[in-house]
Amino acid sequence: MAQDDTNVIDQPEMTTPRMVTIEIAGKKVDVPEGITVVKAMWYAGMDVVRGVGCLGGFCGACATYYRTKDDPKVRTCLACQMAVQDGMSFTMMPPFPARKATYEIQKLKDPKQDLFNLYPEAPLCRNCNACTEACPQKIDVREGVWKAVFGDFKSVSEMFMDCVMCGMCTPVCIADIAPNLVALYVSRAQGAHFSEKPVGLDVRIKEIQDGQYNEEWDKVLKMSEKELAEHCATVK
Amino acid sequence: MDIHALQQIVHKTRDARRQQTISKFSPAERDQLIHKYHPDFRASAYRPIRFGPNEGDKTVVELATLLEGDSSIQDHADLTAHYTCDVLVIGGGGAGCAAALHAHGAGAKTILATKLRLGDSNSVMAQGGMQISVAPEDSPVTHFIDTLKGGHMENDHALLKTMVEDGPSIAKWLLELGVLFDRQADGNLHVKKGGGSSKPRLLTCSDYTGLEIMRVLKDEVINQKIQLLEFAAAIELLSDEVGNCTGAIFKDLDNQRHVVVAAKCVILATGGIGRLHIQGFPTSNHYGATGDGLCLSYRMGAKLAHIDTFQYHPSGAVYPEQLIGALVTEGIRSEGGHLVNAKGERFVNELDTRDVVSSSIIRECEEGRGIRTMSGRVGVWLDTPLLDAEHGPGTVEKHFPAMMLQFERFGIDISKDPVLIYPTLHYQNGGVKIDTNSETNVKNLFVAGEASGGLHGRNRLMGNSLLDLMVYGKRSGLTAAGRVGSMKQGQLTLKHLQRFRADAKTHGNVSGVISPMILPAYTRKVS
Repeated sequence: MAQDDTNVIDQPEMTTPRMVTIEIAGKKVDVPEGITVVKAMWYAGMDVVRGVGCLGGFCGACATYYRTKDDPKVRTCLACQMAVQDGMSFTMMPPFPARKATYEIQKLKDPKQDLFNLYPEAPLCRNCNACTEACPQKIDVREGVWKAVFGDFKSVSEMFMDCVMCGMCTPVCIADIAPNLVALYVSRAQGAHFSEKPVGLDVRIKEIQDGQYNEEWDKVLKMSEKELAEHCATVK
Repeated sequence: MDIHALQQIVHKTRDARRQQTISKFSPAERDQLIHKYHPDFRASAYRPIRFGPNEGDKTVVELATLLEGDSSIQDHADLTAHYTCDVLVIGGGGAGCAAALHAHGAGAKTILATKLRLGDSNSVMAQGGMQISVAPEDSPVTHFIDTLKGGHMENDHALLKTMVEDGPSIAKWLLELGVLFDRQADGNLHVKKGGGSSKPRLLTCSDYTGLEIMRVLKDEVINQKIQLLEFAAAIELLSDEVGNCTGAIFKDLDNQRHVVVAAKCVILATGGIGRLHIQGFPTSNHYGATGDGLCLSYRMGAKLAHIDTFQYHPSGAVYPEQLIGALVTEGIRSEGGHLVNAKGERFVNELDTRDVVSSSIIRECEEGRGIRTMSGRVGVWLDTPLLDAEHGPGTVEKHFPAMMLQFERFGIDISKDPVLIYPTLHYQNGGVKIDTNSETNVKNLFVAGEASGGLHGRNRLMGNSLLDLMVYGKRSGLTAAGRVGSMKQGQLTLKHLQRFRADAKTHGNVSGVISPMILPAYTRKVS
């Protein structure tokens, strides 16, 4: 195999890994700098069952509070998406007992009004902005809650498309709102009640039900292996 | 060298590359490339399975060992049921949720048990989209043909026809539940073109398609008050006198106790095997992707199909270190992103099927045209800034917000700089053999989603997995629910396990390996 030394990316941290001291749930441990928060827990010999999911930043299982050296500000992150640094201190967020309203989404008569029955606390936002600051996905959560209350469901559904349901906006809310759950309701209502019905989809479903493709299916499914391969080659 | 210096060649060659058209390989060239470079053809990574329903069939060593592994349940274990239900769904991803919702909707008393939390799965990470033939110029038959070509003509025709025909009604169901698929100006569903497809057919929710679908399905499972057993890992199935499936034993991961569930029908929706890291590959899969369902159904006597073939997604991140194995969505290539080697050259039609593109990347790297990292990895560039150059500034940010954010966390702006990628273990093409109702050769044992096999042949097309999950989740749920009314709960025995153990003994299997694995052993042993 040809080796050309010019095409190697500098990663001094890989050749000489620097050990850093961090605190996991109050306990000091030494781990290699730059590994992710969840890998740091594994490195420290901890079994992690609750708190790990997709490991790709999408499932929200690994919601974590952290603080960097000498900074009083406690921040939030997803443990699979954050690198450790010297002096960092973190702990995983335990499952938070937020109340989720239950509803039959298709049977709602007036989804914008129903919001106030399902989540009566939603209009009580006191504008502290803690939810927005807590969001590891950088969603303007506070703005979203207000838009939901004012019935702008479309904007909410767009703003919360990035929401991984980690729930970190919830424990910080002084009005006991669970913004992620409010947004989930609003987004589903937007999809189920306020989006245009795609006409083309119904046409296609009817075509299939009416057997419009049966002749073509008969032709294709009766082909020999060779004929089928030849037919496939013509579809580009 | 500094990474920015190495990236210069991508910036310098961009304009010239934009003028270039790279044609797809001929069938003969494809075969040659795949046989030489695709990991499925690395003979030393494979061995025959020594006993059981697939005796003599070859699969990767890691999986063969687990399939032959022993159960952690003793022959005389207490099988008194803690829970009783009509339909037991094992797995909380897309297929599991779809199965549970349909079984419950059809009136069956349903339990959904899952190893981690409801929704923790690969489904939630699916970015590229969901293939459904909704465009006027497209048809289910064309979807069938494209998939067949992608699967090297080895797909099960009946399973595939069923999937493509059920597709449009699945889209309707999801829309009614409130899934926000991207739209055209006229309100119709917007479709994108995916690798290996002749027509635009991908339904998307920006680059969060799987997340959006899973948010909605999870919410619906909770709204329907379906009974959940979370952090419950299935460790053995149960059978009656004649070998039909009658329930399962779980390990509660919070307190290590065994939980026995009696069920008239069992639906396994346990997903794939990425976390076995076969052939040492990094993976895009979630924490629990350890092939548990394959081991459980194999011991029950269910036959597996195509278990020698796996999908290595062409674009797994290689840099930065923290993102190794994470997926860089195929959507980038769908929108025109080039793959570029260290010499600044394109080397493959980026929209060829995943096996072809992956093989060509491995070829570039093995022949010394890759870019290496100091942690010993190698990759090629994916020219992401090209999308902004081609479609206007802000394109990457607008179309790939998830991708932008993921790299931004490590100080990388993918709209300005290309990303380094190499194939990552992504999907198990095969699995437990099923019929069009999603049932295995073991009566009352259904398998849905990635754990099942036959549908995708030897290579799954992009976007067909999300559809597979929904179609066969629905079919398994409805078939099971339709059957339980006229059934009595069967006896709970371990007869199948005794048979399996006797078989293992005859073949001298004393590996001592216990399966399923449940979770990968990532915890460092601290002495």
